[in-house]
Amino acid sequence: MRGSRSFSLNSSPGFPGEGDRAKRGGGVLRSQRGPSTRLRLVPLPCECRGGFKRSITLLAPLLLTACDGIQSATGGDGWHGERFNSLFTLFMAVTGIAYLLVLAFLAAAVLRRRGEARYEEAGSEAPGERGITRTLIGWTAFIVAGLTILTIGSYFADRGAARAAAAPALEIRVTANQWWWDVEYVGATPQKTVRTANELHLPVGVPAHIILASNDVIHSFWIPNLAGKQDMIPGRVLDATLTPKHIGEYRGQCAEYCGIQHAHMALDVKVESRADFQRWRAAQLMPARLPATPLQKAGYTYFMSRECSACHAIAGTPASAQVAPDLTHVASRKTIAAGTLPMTRGHLYGWVADPQGPKPGNNMPYIGLEPAELHAVVAYLESLK
Amino acid sequence: MSSVSPAKLPSRAKLPSLEGRGWGSVRQRRPKLRAGKSLAALAYPPLAPPFQGGVWLALALFLTLSACDRETRDPRGKPLPETKPSADALDPRPAAYENNAFQIAQGQRYFAWMNCSGCHFHGGGGIGPPLMDGAWRYGGSIQQIADSILDGRPNGMPSFKNKITQAQAWQLAAFVRSLSAQQGKDKLWSRGDEMSNREPPTLQDREPVAPTTPEADQAKPR
Repeated sequence: MRGSRSFSLNSSPGFPGEGDRAKRGGGVLRSQRGPSTRLRLVPLPCECRGGFKRSITLLAPLLLTACDGIQSATGGDGWHGERFNSLFTLFMAVTGIAYLLVLAFLAAAVLRRRGEARYEEAGSEAPGERGITRTLIGWTAFIVAGLTILTIGSYFADRGAARAAAAPALEIRVTANQWWWDVEYVGATPQKTVRTANELHLPVGVPAHIILASNDVIHSFWIPNLAGKQDMIPGRVLDATLTPKHIGEYRGQCAEYCGIQHAHMALDVKVESRADFQRWRAAQLMPARLPATPLQKAGYTYFMSRECSACHAIAGTPASAQVAPDLTHVASRKTIAAGTLPMTRGHLYGWVADPQGPKPGNNMPYIGLEPAELHAVVAYLESLK
Repeated sequence: MSSVSPAKLPSRAKLPSLEGRGWGSVRQRRPKLRAGKSLAALAYPPLAPPFQGGVWLALALFLTLSACDRETRDPRGKPLPETKPSADALDPRPAAYENNAFQIAQGQRYFAWMNCSGCHFHGGGGIGPPLMDGAWRYGGSIQQIADSILDGRPNGMPSFKNKITQAQAWQLAAFVRSLSAQQGKDKLWSRGDEMSNREPPTLQDREPVAPTTPEADQAKPR
């Protein structure tokens, strides 16, 4: 059907062959370069025949996508990210100057060789080597000075990072699983501990100590705007410190290939004011809301008596399994399934009905709910604000 | 080894005189080393001509094909039936879950998640019977083990029906059978998730599956 639709869009009565190509699929773009250029839909210069120029034109903007936004290694929205960005700039400047100098010397050497050959031909001797000696002394001095600057710069960046990690005001355990994040805000007592998933809320300007672990394979914790990445290795406890500087929403991403849904393993990060954070934490600490409507109550019954509660936990209910994301306040989150889908009623329906559709291979099984059960479960999940 | 020693190589000055033949001709005089030939040369007594050369390579490449269907999976595929289709029809489930490294690995995951080790320990048995020997009270086929998981059994085995899906029960059954090395050696795991002083199934012999008899029960060490 799709093929015939592009046929009707692209072809004119004068070119019957065009339609055949379009019908075969994949030939639609190619046919636009043919004689029927007046029907061209893609506004690209048609003289790039090799396809090379075109692919460069198309690919070049992709480089820019890494420069700004919610997932950017140069964002500098965290204390560490900013500090290491400036260290990177310093390294770039010193090594860049050295690189340019080497290129200049190389060019000089080439020219000089020609000059000497000219002297040889003429039977006279080349002028003295004083210039070379002076240049070499200057070059050595530059290397010594450059390396000293780099050493001092990295020393202060490193010590500063260590100082920030020494007095964390907030302790968060992040445990990686295939393919989601288990997030636990460690409280003074277990009753004060908040457990959530796939979402990290941070108060602005407060150093947060993140304790990292993995339940299955090697993952990597990376929120590019805030800090560099840190691997999560099964059987080992590693850590990272995040000190966000600006209020905003960012995106973290697993940065170590961990299986077929590695790309769908994202972490929503929300940096908010301290008051907002305290409000959020207090709300998360509450047990789940009681089901209010008959439909929600039916969903509650299904959840507690069937497969859902074998893996998921909802605080304040009998469901207390620990192997899947905690759903106590699932409807307050931004996304479903580790950043795979936005949290909307439609996506919730799609996810509960067939979890292998949007994220094939993940560990939530296909249950095969009846329509009435599906309505009830989604209604209950939606009420878990 | 070369027929042209470095000393005999033409010097740079003499290069023009060799121009007609070129450097290529000098290089060509070196004996050619071919993988197949050198392998065949190692064999004693010398191998018959058909086993020389590329035959070995082809044979080795052919053997690597055996690993192709080792962990076939289809998360978007049509779900398998939850019961046997009919009395005389072939049940597609044993073929789908047996002899598949992916299904066994998923079963191992659920074995930890569903706290099977709470009673069966890591297969050695404790509160529940051991799962790594050949004795099966309720049958040792994958269908019978899946039934035991889903329906439960007297004296403690709970029913997992409606707690895990049929597919998960079958994956668990595939893992339970791997504990006594019931599947193909290339599908079994060579290292479990838990610490163990036992050799992995890949190094064990397949335990003969037998329903228990009074004699066998009495002969068991206590």
